[in-house]
Amino acid sequence: MQDFKFNIYDLSSFTHWVDVSLYSYCTPFWAMMWEMIIIGVAMLLFYAVIGLFLVYAERKVCAFMQNRIGPNRVGPYGFIQTVADLVKLLMKELVIIRKSDKFLFYLAPFIVIIVNFMTMAAIPFAKGIHAIDFNIGVLYIMAISSMGVIGVLIAGWSSNNKFSMIGAMRSGAQIVSYELSVGFSLITMCVLAGSMQLSTIVEGQSECWYIFQGHIPAIIAFVIFLIAGTAETNRGPFDLAEAESELTAGYHTEYSGISFAFFYLAEYINMFIIASIAATVFWGGWMPFHISGLAGFNNIMDFIPPFIWYIGKTFVIIWIMMWFKWTFPRLRIDQLLTLEWKYLLPINLVNIILMALIVLMGWHF
Amino acid sequence: MIFLFYLLSGVALLSALMVVFSRSPINSVIHLIICFLAIAGHYILLNAQFLAVVHIIVYTGAIMVLFLFVIMLLNLNKENEPHKKLYTKLAAIISGGMLLLVLTGAVKSVALIPFNEKFDSQIGLVGNFGKILFNEFMLPFEASSVLFLSAIIGAMILGKKEKITNNE
Repeated sequence: MQDFKFNIYDLSSFTHWVDVSLYSYCTPFWAMMWEMIIIGVAMLLFYAVIGLFLVYAERKVCAFMQNRIGPNRVGPYGFIQTVADLVKLLMKELVIIRKSDKFLFYLAPFIVIIVNFMTMAAIPFAKGIHAIDFNIGVLYIMAISSMGVIGVLIAGWSSNNKFSMIGAMRSGAQIVSYELSVGFSLITMCVLAGSMQLSTIVEGQSECWYIFQGHIPAIIAFVIFLIAGTAETNRGPFDLAEAESELTAGYHTEYSGISFAFFYLAEYINMFIIASIAATVFWGGWMPFHISGLAGFNNIMDFIPPFIWYIGKTFVIIWIMMWFKWTFPRLRIDQLLTLEWKYLLPINLVNIILMALIVLMGWHF
Repeated sequence: MIFLFYLLSGVALLSALMVVFSRSPINSVIHLIICFLAIAGHYILLNAQFLAVVHIIVYTGAIMVLFLFVIMLLNLNKENEPHKKLYTKLAAIISGGMLLLVLTGAVKSVALIPFNEKFDSQIGLVGNFGKILFNEFMLPFEASSVLFLSAIIGAMILGKKEKITNNE
């Protein structure tokens, strides 16, 4: 029964077959190159599809929260509205600003996009669909996602605009402080998992998800991760960096056309990444919902493909994050920093000790 | 692999030179970020993945962002380098040359290990790293953490608002 569980939708045999056949046809160097190209193209397609879908989903969720209809003209239920938006943005003029640092100005959106891609490489999408499985996967994601702020800072500075500058400054202060909470809440879960490798973390949840295994400290860590993760994507009640009522559009005020679209897309992909990390570390990633002891129930759950589980959990968390954004008013900068340094960080530090105690005493499930 | 080593070394050296030679401080910081990323790549080539990622978190993620932050806040984008006096330049050359001398002396005594493709994959992992840090190097580790704590307290005292005394 146990080995039947994973075989049915196991894609690792397929990826292994691709790997072996590539290495048998080409020299190792070219085989590696082809693998990189295949993974890159697949990621690019996934990126575009998820980005377009999330923009549509955000508009529909926003409309639902505000008792409106939302986009409903282009395609059925306005489903291809974002494609039309993309075409519009592609045809718009790229405005060149006098007295701005042009090289850095055009580099900034690409830094944000590259950081997004590097983070997505370490996320396990399904069994066997996992570009790189680092043994420090969680730490790697934290490290790379902290570099996105460099793109934002450069964008704000090179625009030669005071609004952009203030937005970038706020974003810098916000991300540098909320990074700590994201890191500490993930480390709390690493203590429980005993590993930083994302594949091991997912395998460890085959009996029971970590949020249930670690009960109290895991739930505290999950709530802190959701708050800090939302802050790190510059979204929701924490969108001080682009507060449109005060700063026009914050750090991307001067961007037009497709370079604006890059920033816009990057925000949604960031949200997707944060949600998928939360789903992987706390809710078991692609692992189906299992209750140890109930073999029949577990088998029914195994018939739902892992990728559906992964996407489903991720979208539930994304929905919660959208719910935040359209429910809470924006925080002031001092409230934002007080929340992080006076509440979240001390709670988090105590939480790590609590989790270590629970793991040492064996009080987890 | 050896090709990657040369590529990363070239990038690191070139960007380090650009840090010194570029006129605008923002460009210097960005080249320093590239330099740090190349050094992180070297750590990965040595299979010290944990060290590489911590290097990226600490230097690129935190310190360089703060550098960018401060430089942008001070608005140092005007390319006016203050002209230094002759004896300042002379002192800089002498101290820099002495550092070079010490570094050459230190590097000369290091035995070079040949580059091997098959390394022990267990070196540099988090578990082993932690065991070494908390067994062999317990004292220096704790001493450096006390040093960091004193730095934090010092920063807090400096940053604290002075109490306004109303004696009148």
